[in-house]
Amino acid sequence: MIGTVLGALNQGFLKTLQLFGVTLLGAIPLGLLISFGSMSKFQPLRWLTRTVVWIVRGTPLMLQLIILYYVPGQIMDASPWPMGENGRFLASAIAFIFNYACYFSEIFRGGIEGVPKGQREAGQVLGMTRGQIFFRVELMQMVKRIVPPISNEIITLVKDTSLARIIAYEELIKAGYDFLKGSHGYSGLLWPLFFTGVYYLLFSGLLTIAFNKTERRLDYFKV
Amino acid sequence: MAILEVQALSKRFEELEVLRQIDFSLEAGEALSIIGSSGSGKTTLLRCLNFLETPDAGRVLVHGETVFDAAETKKLSEAALRRRRLHFGLVFQNFNLFPQYTALENVRLAGLLLAKERPDFREKRKEIVAELNERAMFLLTDMGLADRAGHYPHQLSGGQQQRVAIARALALEPDILCFDEPTSALDPELTGEVLRVIRSLAEQRTTMIIVTHEMAFARDVADRAIFMDGGVIVEQGPAKEVIDHPREERTRQFLSRYGGLS
Ligand SMILES: Nc1ncnc2c1ncn2[C@@H]1O[C@H](COP(=O)(O)OP(=O)(O)OP(=O)(O)O)[C@@H](O)[C@H]1O
Ligand SMILES: [Mg+2]
Repeated sequence: MIGTVLGALNQGFLKTLQLFGVTLLGAIPLGLLISFGSMSKFQPLRWLTRTVVWIVRGTPLMLQLIILYYVPGQIMDASPWPMGENGRFLASAIAFIFNYACYFSEIFRGGIEGVPKGQREAGQVLGMTRGQIFFRVELMQMVKRIVPPISNEIITLVKDTSLARIIAYEELIKAGYDFLKGSHGYSGLLWPLFFTGVYYLLFSGLLTIAFNKTERRLDYFKV
Repeated sequence: MAILEVQALSKRFEELEVLRQIDFSLEAGEALSIIGSSGSGKTTLLRCLNFLETPDAGRVLVHGETVFDAAETKKLSEAALRRRRLHFGLVFQNFNLFPQYTALENVRLAGLLLAKERPDFREKRKEIVAELNERAMFLLTDMGLADRAGHYPHQLSGGQQQRVAIARALALEPDILCFDEPTSALDPELTGEVLRVIRSLAEQRTTMIIVTHEMAFARDVADRAIFMDGGVIVEQGPAKEVIDHPREERTRQFLSRYGGLS
């Protein structure tokens, strides 16, 4: 029994990891792009971006996921998503990437705007180019400001992946819950669901260690 | 010939005229102090000279060559702008050292980046870097900071940070070095060490423009002084005359308010 359960949970965890990884890969660059939009000198773009970010951050990710997965099918009377697990993964990935990109964008904006303008001016006066000022002067200071809040968001993301269960994506929680409902010839098993907590704990613990290390590596200077 | 000529320089921020028809010149090896009450436009003047603000009218000449002309409408390339701004150096009120670099790296960075653009950088990399290191170390030693070269800014006192900033500005050998109230962000007990290095720069005939509220310093160190008020130069002349025997009533009022006269 234990072997079957662990096998199923590992499967679920793998799916959790996939969603986690894809979200990070997509949300970091998209978040940077959105942060540029929210700082644009072109006012309509800035206004639009900030409104979108406000809406995405102001509503539950679970709701966004449901809307994205079900509403297009209602409107177009045939769901645009591929059948089955692929479609559920795709919808989840898009919802997660967009949602997290909005959170990241605010963090990036804080990091970028947090660098005092005197830093750029000092670089200018020393004859540095814009590129040199960005890469040699501002970037590290931004990174240092961004690492702690981004780490928090990433740890939250580990646990948020379980929201994809709402559209029946077969991630870890769903894998555990299925033993309660009945799967693999077992039903009424409660412990596999509880046991999923161990996976989350271990994984977020690992990430915490990695982030602490990164922060310590940046401890040599203060901003 | 004057090393610096500023002609009819004007600058406004929207409705506010911050500089009006500023005219002055500076000889090589001279130190000029600029005094004036808060908001009179001293910082803005230095920022205009260093291309951090764009004047609305006027010209700036260095060695007789026009480096800025408001009438010149075509936009300069970044490279041309950089070449021109390197005539000037600026030491900021709050240092603006780069926190992620050591004192030595702060002093060396801009020179290294410029050197990288040299066609022979690749083949002579070692010598060039060694030379830059040596020069940076020499400047820090001059500032009394030889033992602080490997320290990061947050490990230095305000006075030490400002001296690193001075070394950083000197590293590029600007024709004219500008100081914007270099001691006003410092605790009183730390101003002395910074004023001392500026004084020694003056003794070495470094061409300097010093905005300061330290009247005694402005008088003793500078050859000439300018008193500004409301965006205009009210009075200029030999520093001792302007500060000890001002001709203008406004200058007198300012000086008595500042209690700068002993
Ligand atoms: N970027 C800006 N936008 C609008 N107004 C500005 C700007 N920079 C300066 N000013 C205004 O210009 C005037 C002159 O400012 P400036 O900083 O040059 O004065 P200052 O003589 O250096 O004063 P202080 O002794 O307080 O440093 C002030 O009224 C200031 O509010
Ligand atoms: Mg000022």
